[in-house]
Amino acid sequence: MTSSSPTHTTEYAIQLSNVMKTFGETRAVNGLTLDVPTGICMGLLGPNGAGKSTTMRMLTGQALADSGDINVLGLPIPKHSKQARARMGVVPQRENLDEELTCRQNVAIWSTLLRVPRRDRDHAVDRVLAAAQLTDRADSKASTLSGGMRRRLLIARSLVHQPRLVLLDEPTVGLDPQIRGDIWTLIDELRSSGVTVLMSTHYIEEAERLCDDVAVVSHGQVIAQGAPSVLVAEYAGVEALECFGSPDRLAMIEARCEELGFPSRRTGPTVSILRAEAIPLHVVEGFGEAIRRPANLEDVFVRLTGERLEG
Amino acid sequence: MTIDNTPASSPSSARPPLGTTATPLKAVETTAFAGVFQREATLFRRSWPATTFGSIVEPTINLIAFGFGLGALVASVQGIPYIQFVGTGTVATAVLFSSIFAGMYDTYVKRYYWKTYDGILATPVDVPELFMAEGTWIAVKAGIFGCAPLLIAMLFGLPPSWGMLAIPFICFLTGLGFAFMGQWFSAIVPSMDAFTYVQSALVTPLFLLAGIYFPLSNLPQWVQSLALANPLYHCVNLVRDAVFGWQPAADVGHVAALAVFAALMCALSVRALRRKLID
Repeated sequence: MTSSSPTHTTEYAIQLSNVMKTFGETRAVNGLTLDVPTGICMGLLGPNGAGKSTTMRMLTGQALADSGDINVLGLPIPKHSKQARARMGVVPQRENLDEELTCRQNVAIWSTLLRVPRRDRDHAVDRVLAAAQLTDRADSKASTLSGGMRRRLLIARSLVHQPRLVLLDEPTVGLDPQIRGDIWTLIDELRSSGVTVLMSTHYIEEAERLCDDVAVVSHGQVIAQGAPSVLVAEYAGVEALECFGSPDRLAMIEARCEELGFPSRRTGPTVSILRAEAIPLHVVEGFGEAIRRPANLEDVFVRLTGERLEG
Repeated sequence: MTIDNTPASSPSSARPPLGTTATPLKAVETTAFAGVFQREATLFRRSWPATTFGSIVEPTINLIAFGFGLGALVASVQGIPYIQFVGTGTVATAVLFSSIFAGMYDTYVKRYYWKTYDGILATPVDVPELFMAEGTWIAVKAGIFGCAPLLIAMLFGLPPSWGMLAIPFICFLTGLGFAFMGQWFSAIVPSMDAFTYVQSALVTPLFLLAGIYFPLSNLPQWVQSLALANPLYHCVNLVRDAVFGWQPAADVGHVAALAVFAALMCALSVRALRRKLID
């Protein structure tokens, strides 16, 4: 399934071409094609079960594609996955720290596994602990850390060998909003330092704030790719109108939108109408209670897939 | 604080980073093996008191209970005082318990609950390196723990001999096979509850049919033939020969049997765990 030539363009840090992966009867990845240019932060945006984590695992050779081509940092996967893993950092969705070891020991172990030269290890460990703001807790056991600190330690661990590519699988899932902001700062600094970041998420705000490009994933396929602002402009326009009211009124609004050719979607007790900036004022007034808000990636996602993102 | 991700300028890191060439890395690399081994050593520094206590005290209690309890009824076996007979045999028990259970439970927990292996396999470490290193670490511990009953037996009159210096190596080789066997079971059981079956249906018969507490020569021939397939039987015989006098031809056979057992279990363990960990 991989090409025989191990060298590919370094213009792209990651290239996936028509990749398929099936688990039993379930097709987790269904012809996924994605190019991640070097030096950007790319977000894989999709709900649980969309195939994001499986795609991440295929990039490290921990899942083997049934068909298709995968190249990471110019190396074909899985044939050269070990070399690729030596040059990338992977932050798993689920924490797997060594609880009884200190922060320093956790990172030091990873520095060995990630082949940091022996004489550079102490410096490398101190450097990433400082970057993760864990210097003060360097000698604390991982089991004593807060949720945010633990996530920062996971990220620090994956950076100890100065990778050129970092894979982050749902980096802030389950964290409080304030702690999430700390992790975003860390990821943003990473991107600013020139590292290519591929991040899976189902948080709209996370994708909008951090990602240069977003790939919308649904049912194992990339169905749209581009800068968040471009995707929003292309698929959702400038504004969305949130209309409230009784179920009958909402049904009437939906029918009217369909008649006028404006995409709309029902979200609980509201109907969201996309491209609201183009709706004539007298039509809006007929909808009753409504508020305008900027269109966002969630609107894009729902428009493209008919599904909702969680969180 | 900003992240400095530019390559360090020290001479050691000026060399081309791993993975810049297209040459595939070897299937089993000493660097990856050593990395996993060091991780285990670091973890052991935190947990050694409990691990060591359990691995040494249990066989020692067995030794004292059987040695003195049955020793009051049986003065000697094959010309050897009974407590010395049991003392040398209990070495194998210590090795078995400290290796197969570590292989089963630790591997299962790290794979299924802690997701430790998902993390390690995202670094430049492959499945064979990971489990060969972990199995070897368990065997090293078994090599040390296995000596405890011998030292206790020496307190009860077992005379020292040069051959005893080989005991840690015999225990290591035996422990290697049982560590890999434990890893293999950890990958093929449907849940941790199934380890009860392994313990009752395999581990107990193994140490009862190894000649630890009584000689097998009094048992029917078919039982003696069956014992030849028991790695622990070969361990017990090697230990006794090391202590009481080598029997070169037989001992080469015992070593070969243990080596074949370790190699077979290693292959089965790596194959089964690869299936579990690589989708």
